[in-house]
Amino acid sequence: MASRVEAAPVRARHAGFHRDIMSVAGRALRSIPRDPEAVYPALVIPIFFFAVNIGALQDLAEEIPGLDYKAFQLPVAIIFAVTGISRAITLVTDIQTGYFDRLALTPVRRFSLLLGLMVADIALVVALTLPVLLLGFIVGVRFETGLLGMLVFIAMAGAWGLAFTGFPYAIALKTGNPAAVNVSFLLFFPFVFLTTIFVPLEAMTGWLQAIATYNPVTYLLEGLRSLVTDSWDWQAILLGVGAIVLVGAVSMTLAFLAFLGRARRA
Amino acid sequence: MNDLAIYASGISRSFGDVKAVNGVDLAISKGEVYGFLGPNGAGKTTLVRMLITLLLPTAGQAWVAGRELVSEAQEIRLRIGAALQETALDPKQTGLEFLRLQGFLYGLTGRQVRQRVDDLASLVDIGDAIGRSISTYSGGMKRRLDLAAAMIHNPEILFLDEPTTGLDPLSRSRVWEEVRRVNQDMGVTIFLTTQYLEEADALADRVGIINQGVLATEGTPAELKRSMGADVIIADVEGDAETAKSAVAGLQDIERVDAYGSEVVVRVSNGAARIGAVALALNQNGVEVREIRMRTPTLDDVFLSVTGERFEEVGTEESDDGQQG
Repeated sequence: MASRVEAAPVRARHAGFHRDIMSVAGRALRSIPRDPEAVYPALVIPIFFFAVNIGALQDLAEEIPGLDYKAFQLPVAIIFAVTGISRAITLVTDIQTGYFDRLALTPVRRFSLLLGLMVADIALVVALTLPVLLLGFIVGVRFETGLLGMLVFIAMAGAWGLAFTGFPYAIALKTGNPAAVNVSFLLFFPFVFLTTIFVPLEAMTGWLQAIATYNPVTYLLEGLRSLVTDSWDWQAILLGVGAIVLVGAVSMTLAFLAFLGRARRA
Repeated sequence: MNDLAIYASGISRSFGDVKAVNGVDLAISKGEVYGFLGPNGAGKTTLVRMLITLLLPTAGQAWVAGRELVSEAQEIRLRIGAALQETALDPKQTGLEFLRLQGFLYGLTGRQVRQRVDDLASLVDIGDAIGRSISTYSGGMKRRLDLAAAMIHNPEILFLDEPTTGLDPLSRSRVWEEVRRVNQDMGVTIFLTTQYLEEADALADRVGIINQGVLATEGTPAELKRSMGADVIIADVEGDAETAKSAVAGLQDIERVDAYGSEVVVRVSNGAARIGAVALALNQNGVEVREIRMRTPTLDDVFLSVTGERFEEVGTEESDDGQQG
């Protein structure tokens, strides 16, 4: 502090909603490669399940006429890769350390503190789909809907990843507790396993078929699969999009209500 | 009110049944350095968090930088900077990334951010380390970086919540120098809480002492010290000082006698003339005196008379009052 600085004409002003979001997202994105252990499970788990499910069930499942089990499993691997990926733990850490307050002290638009993290989540989720898709190509899976279908596939996967993040963010904002955020991972199991991840709905029986019929992830998987194995099946795609919107509406409502509670200075 | 940087009328904050801040009035002029003292749990941090728009008051009103605290919070945020007690930094960021993010959130352009980062990097003496991960910084470097972030947008009012806690003497004197500089050269109003009385004495134009949520006294350091009398005689006695107090209370030319723990504090107009009489009175009443000394009043004496505790006994604990005020 020995130097003398002339009074600069710098004065604060509102940066704008878009710039606020990108500033918050930029910080979140830069932190990802500095915390790679948080991403490893999302890289390893889908590849592991893809290999194990095909190794264990391909011969049995392909007794169902017309079923390409590798193509059937690719969307499952993608769902494993993108579900539950969020910066919620970072948010909890920010709340606990006071960094959240430090950001809230600025004239940043309040919602951009959450939306910026979600922008970073989308970027990460889309990046995580790429190694899984590459593996699918290596084992011979091809998109019947071509490159455009693959892009729609990635977009739907990214949208699903985003839709699910509302749950961990809601818990993070409500509790400010990292252990509670980890509990949100429990939601992953019913959402993902009580669906058609192993066999088609028609091949399921009893209670599991009944639950899977009402599980939105079933329709997301059908939409994604249709892009791989069928031509453009708009009904399946729209049902998949509807499932994303439904889950996203619930999770984001919870997340933004929790955010308002955290930000209302009470 | 146009000349006031901060004006509060009956501002209060309760947490359930606990009144953390209870009807505080403040009128702090533009360009003033206001020192704010109080024991742990007195309400310092709660009051600061209200004034910097992180916490809503439950009663009363306040204006900061001419804007109403509740309805114009975003406008206030443009005009204030704050370095809070806990340095809130992300160890995964570099110092430069942290300052850039702060600058962008205050709407600064890339060029303005570079300019301010250049200014502040030298001001807070971070040097080349500004490009390193914050996880490698010492406590002093973190605190100076936090201070730099609070100033990146040239705020009109700077809230400093114990800005030199944990700093070595050299770093502390640099912060003092910087506080004086931004105040004198740039006219920045400074609201300073501190756990160092000499800091308040050295920097503050006026000092307020909060106790149990209430602003107990306020004035320039000189005024507050004068209110204690010309001299104070302090006798450290064995046992309860309350019984010793009565031994001194009847003496002539005594302005006031107080007992705090094992200390009897006697305010007099001429300490040199009365210290012998005080020692004799204590001795004649069977009070065992460990030490007796005389000096001119300090802010610590003011603090003691207001809060019943010596400042050094309460001011060196790590935490302040948090949500409990």
